[in-house]
Amino acid sequence: MSMVHVSARVNGDPVEFLCDSRETLLDVLRDRLALTGAKEGCGTGDCGACSVIFNGRLVASCLVLGAEAEGAEIETIEGMADGEKLHPLQQKIIAHAALQCGICTPGILIAAKALLAKNPDPDEETIRYWLAGNLCRCTGYDKIIRAIQDAAAEMREEA
Amino acid sequence: MQYLKPASFEEAVAMAGEAHGDVRFLAGGTDLLVRMRMGAVPDVLIDLKHIPGVYDIERTENGGWRIGVAVPGAELTEHAGLRADWPGVVEAVGLIGSTQVQGRATPVGNLANASPAADSVPALIAAGAEVEVLGPGGRRRVAVGDIPAGPGRTRLAQGEVISALYLPPRAAHGGDAYQRFIPRTEMDIAVVGCAVSLSRDGNVITEARVALGAMAPTALMVEEAASALVGTTLGEEALEALSEAASAAGRPIDDKRGTAKFRRHVAGVLARRVALVAYERAGDAK
Repeated sequence: MSMVHVSARVNGDPVEFLCDSRETLLDVLRDRLALTGAKEGCGTGDCGACSVIFNGRLVASCLVLGAEAEGAEIETIEGMADGEKLHPLQQKIIAHAALQCGICTPGILIAAKALLAKNPDPDEETIRYWLAGNLCRCTGYDKIIRAIQDAAAEMREEA
Repeated sequence: MQYLKPASFEEAVAMAGEAHGDVRFLAGGTDLLVRMRMGAVPDVLIDLKHIPGVYDIERTENGGWRIGVAVPGAELTEHAGLRADWPGVVEAVGLIGSTQVQGRATPVGNLANASPAADSVPALIAAGAEVEVLGPGGRRRVAVGDIPAGPGRTRLAQGEVISALYLPPRAAHGGDAYQRFIPRTEMDIAVVGCAVSLSRDGNVITEARVALGAMAPTALMVEEAASALVGTTLGEEALEALSEAASAAGRPIDDKRGTAKFRRHVAGVLARRVALVAYERAGDAK
């Protein structure tokens, strides 16, 4: 087995790990760095539950190797709240009851954060297309869309 | 699996030459990692993303574009210069997968993965794009349409790697477009895809290239469809001839996405729609 040494930054903190060359970034986050927020829904890039921001881009961490993270800046759901203070997106997901089982929620939140960084006032269609790779089997998406629009409005006021 | 990070394409070729077993080159990885997950783990994986220039989009001396092998879809669709010159190529790349996939997946990977339904390939063929290929035999330029050999197979020789993608300069009064048919609105694989690139002199089409995806084991150029356009002002007669040529092209199959008969019908409908968009864009172009 070939192990690879990797240095990266996760949520602003420097991290170092050894991983098998075949391990995905998702495996590394969950099993080596104990960051279990990102979920494995499918393992093939179809469901979005493992979404993270990798060097400024939204990606499926199951489609990135741990070894590819050398020198990377990674943002995960664990870095979203400011201490005890939830991010507006997190607050609004709760306020709109936009989650049920919660498996997809970390991925939805990270994807929504990446969208609002690019477009602070997305319309419903834009949100639906952006989140087409984040599957939710519980909510039917409507509440998620409303929560994101509500959070976006609040963040625009604060900005 | 051995994971290697060459600092140049020459080094990548040398590594591939020395390696034993199944050797794969890694760019965005959105197809390769899925295959690995299914059990097809290569013996040696050569990650191209540490090679200088692989993330660059640059103007070439002749006014075209050079696109690095690791440039993901999201980067291309945000690039104003590329969108202005080759909107059809950019819209084809942008249709691939989800936002997450766009964050990693590359057009060169889409080409090398050699799916007959790859969205970017017909658009690149219509645009007259080429790739630079480096191998033990040296460096060569290859038309994009000459890379795929069949589903999952390319004409690249053992140890050869694609080192850059080149788009030609956009012709004055030129425009291109790509559309595909899928039964959903997003996140699906083309039943048929169609790209048209054309140039106009006033209202008359002077040059045209038409390419279809998912109508044969590889994406293909349809000469008859292109000649149906040249010399016309894209009136009903030209559109009808184009549509018939597109429907007659290739040798589509029956599968879960559609029957051969349906694919022929859709190819004709798409060719017509896409030509109208390309024509419009060519009229708006400087």
